[in-house]
Order: sequence, then structure tokens, then C-alpha cells
Amino acid sequence: MTQQSLTQRLANPTRFMELSGWILPWLAAAAAALIAYALYLAFFVAPPDYQQGETVKIMFIHVPAAWLGMMGYALIAVSSFGYLVFRHPLADVSAKAAAPIGAAFAFLALATGSLWGKPMWGTYWVWDARLTSMLILLFLYLGLMALRSAIEDDALAGKLCAVLGLVGVSILPIIKFSVDWWNTLHQPASVIRMDGPTIHSDLLWPLLFSAVGFSLLFFALHMKGMRNEVLRRRLESLTMAEVDRARTIPSASAAAE
Amino acid sequence: MDLGPHAAFIWASYAIYGLVLAALVVWLIWDGSRLKAKLADLEARGVTRRSQRAATPPRGS
Amino acid sequence: MSAFLTLLKRDLLLQVREGGAVGTALGFYLVVVALMPLGLGPDLNLLSRIAPGVLWIALLLAALLSLPRIFEADDEDGSLEVMATGDLPLELATAAKALAHWISTGIPLALLAPVLGILLNLDLAAYPVLVATMLAGTPAISFLGAVGAALTLRARRGGLLLALLVLPLYIPTLIFGIAAISAATGGPSGFTASFLILVAISLFSLVIGPLAAAAAIRFQTQ
Repeated sequence: MTQQSLTQRLANPTRFMELSGWILPWLAAAAAALIAYALYLAFFVAPPDYQQGETVKIMFIHVPAAWLGMMGYALIAVSSFGYLVFRHPLADVSAKAAAPIGAAFAFLALATGSLWGKPMWGTYWVWDARLTSMLILLFLYLGLMALRSAIEDDALAGKLCAVLGLVGVSILPIIKFSVDWWNTLHQPASVIRMDGPTIHSDLLWPLLFSAVGFSLLFFALHMKGMRNEVLRRRLESLTMAEVDRARTIPSASAAAE
Repeated sequence: MDLGPHAAFIWASYAIYGLVLAALVVWLIWDGSRLKAKLADLEARGVTRRSQRAATPPRGS
Repeated sequence: MSAFLTLLKRDLLLQVREGGAVGTALGFYLVVVALMPLGLGPDLNLLSRIAPGVLWIALLLAALLSLPRIFEADDEDGSLEVMATGDLPLELATAAKALAHWISTGIPLALLAPVLGILLNLDLAAYPVLVATMLAGTPAISFLGAVGAALTLRARRGGLLLALLVLPLYIPTLIFGIAAISAATGGPSGFTASFLILVAISLFSLVIGPLAAAAAIRFQTQ
């Protein structure tokens, strides 16, 4: 029963705003602290990799970005499911807020991957399985955001984006599988791994702190985005109510609610 | 700090990372305060929500 | 069952009668393929190497053009709302419409491909494989395309948005279609594996396509 009442409590937008207003500053502070420490470790403690030299430092931000790009879409899938199946009112808010943040991290994974690739393999882009999959993931994000902006009715946009999100997540494993297949077809010899054959333990700590720190940042940004969206919808409904009120006879305004 | 022959790539990576995330943070904060301002404005004009409804009649603005 | 077949027949007739709609897709296919040598140079060796890829990608683009028609006409005259609330489950109705699209557009495109292969100096051994893989893969194009058509039914910039939404979903079909052709023309072995996976993807789309499309239509006609 505690589980159920927790969900019910969280489902109430007002309650969500209260809770998140309290949590958010701590979350943001924790994220900032961990990221700062990770940066310190990365630049002042971590040694150069014996193979890649100092460019291994790019890995400290590339790997978390890739991970968060994927996690963002998983979050959208769960939110979409919640919205379609349980009609959870904040689920759509969650999905909408997650999209730009997940897309940003996917883009950063591609950008840092590209900048890592130039010193490593000599080209800014290489069609290896992971970068290609990340690029397709970015397309899926863009599709979601484009669909949402193309539909005027908020509620309808939410539902259609939820459908698209679920279709995307069910095809995603197939896409990943097909890209891996395609990659081995065209590059049978070398297996290019973005993080090198093994990760030296001295390099592991900055990576871990960075991963956790940026994950917390993701959640903080997501929470802030959800709060904004709740405010936006509140504003919208109040504006609509006021428009209605201004159009009807003043004495009958109480009936507008 | 010597970051080797490829230092430019390392700086560029961290720079673009910082830029994009900073832009996100700034946008979210700016968007939030703009929305709060508009809501405060509506509230000042007497438009209130069900759950906060006072007994005061609305001023027709 | 008979309701399904009736709807299928009706849609087929509409697609075929709507003067030149199918022809336009075929014409587009031809033009895009013809552009390739114009853009890449007439080196026959190069062309024969890229022919399977070009033929597949141009087919995807040509199919994209025809997708909005699956639901548009019925939405405009209100038949879609009737279907959403009728006796035949909406999932079967959308399946019938997607099937009609495959029969009226997908199959002709697949059959035109070998003809266009001549323009690209396609390896002779590849011809039967080309047609087989396209016939196996185009159902996925129609059924996943139907999802895109349903989602963008009333959206602004519907046609372009449809392309953006649907092309990533076509990637597995594209990859395995090409893999099967390369395997059959002397590349790495594994034709059977690629072909079966291609078929599996199409079957998967037969299930997920109507489900998602029906959900999307229901939300828009409520």
C-alpha cells in the first residue's frame, strides 16, 4: 500500500512541485560537486594512457554522454508506457522534458566521439557500430521532438509521441543488431573499441565520478524541465480560463470553473 | 599542463561539452523564471486556480 | 474476415484508380536511380558496386512519397472515424490498408527494381536475389510506413515529418536487404541468415504496425 500511495502522491502535480522544489537544489549541488571532483581527477590525477596518451581524457566525458543518451531514451520509453497504459498525468511531462536532454547528450557523445576519433584514427568520423547506433538514436530523438512540435493540441501530441516512443524503443534493439551486423560485414578484421582494450584502474575513478556526476546532472535537468512543463500547462489552462471568462458575461464567470 | 600533441582535441571536447550543457541549464532556468513571472502576473490580476480559489470576485481585466 | 477482405479490395481499387498515384511513385523511383550516374559518374564498375544500395535507398524514398495516401483520403471524408468505431477492429482495418499499399505500391516498385538495375550495371547473379529481398522487405516498408502515416495524419509539415520519423525505422530492412544481395553475389556467406532476418523484420512489422497505427488513429478521431 505504501508503494501505491507514493505513486498516487507523486502523481499529483502540486505535490510533485513541492517535492521536486525541495529535492532539486540538493540534486544540482551533488551533481556539481561530483563533476568538479571528476574534472579534478581527470586533469590532475589521471595518468596518460600508454596507448592513447592524453586523449584518453576525452573518454571521461564521451562514455557518460553515450550512456546518458541511451538512458534518456529508456526514460522516454518508460514514461510513454506509463502515459499510455496508466494515464499517469506526469508521465507525458516526463517524456517531453527528457527528449531535449537525452538528445543533447547523444549529440555530445557524437561530437566527443568525433573529436576523439581524429587523433586516434585520423578521421573525424568513422562508421563504427557504436557511433552509427548513436547517430540513429539522435534521429529518433529528433523525430520525437519534431512530432511534438508539429501537433498543436498538447494532449494529443503527448499521446502520439508516446506511441512513437514505444515503437522506437521496440525497434531499437533490431536497429542495434542490424548496425552491428552491418559493421562486421564491412570491417571484418579490426574491432574498434572506443574505450581501448582494457581500462587501467587509475583511469577508472575519474570515469566513474564523471558518470555518476553527469547522471545526477541529467536527473536535475530533467526535474527542472518537468517543473517548467507543469508551470507551462498551468499557465495555459489559466490563460484559457481567463479568455473564457473575458468572453462571457461577468456575473456568470463563476460558472466558467 | 601539457596534454600532448592532441591537446586541441581535448580542449575542444570539453569546451563543446561545457557549452552545450551550459546552454541547457541557462535555457531551463530562463524558461522557468519566465513562466513563473507570467503566472505571478495572472495571479496578480485575480486569475486563480481551483485549489487556491479565494472568495474574491475577478476584476474584469 | 470478409470485412477485412472487403476493405482490402476497396483500398486496392482506390489506390489503382487514383490516376497515376502508383505511377508517380514508379516514375520517382526511375528518376532518382537515373540521377545516380549523373551525379557519380558513369563508371560501370563503380555503379555495379553501388547498385544494390542505390536501388534499395531509392525504393525507400519512392515508397515514402506514397505513404500519406494510406489514410489521408479516408480522413478527409470522415470514413476513418467510421472505421475507428466500426465492427472490424481498427487494427485489422489499418492492416488491410497497409496491405493494400504493399500490393499496389510495394510490389510494383520491387518488380521495377531489376529493370532499373540495368541502368546501374547490376551484376546478373544479383537479379533474382534483388527481387526476392525486395519482395520480402517491402512489407516492412508499408506496415511501418503506415505507423508514420497515422502519426502525421494531422500534423503540420506532415510529409517531411513522415520521412524523418520513418526512415530510421527502415534501417534494419535496408541493412539486411543489402546484406542478402551481397551474400548472394559472392560476398561473405550468409544469404540464408540475412534473408530470414529480413523476413522476420517484415513479420514483426506486420504486428507492430497495425497496433501502433490504430492507436494513433484512435487518439486523433476521438
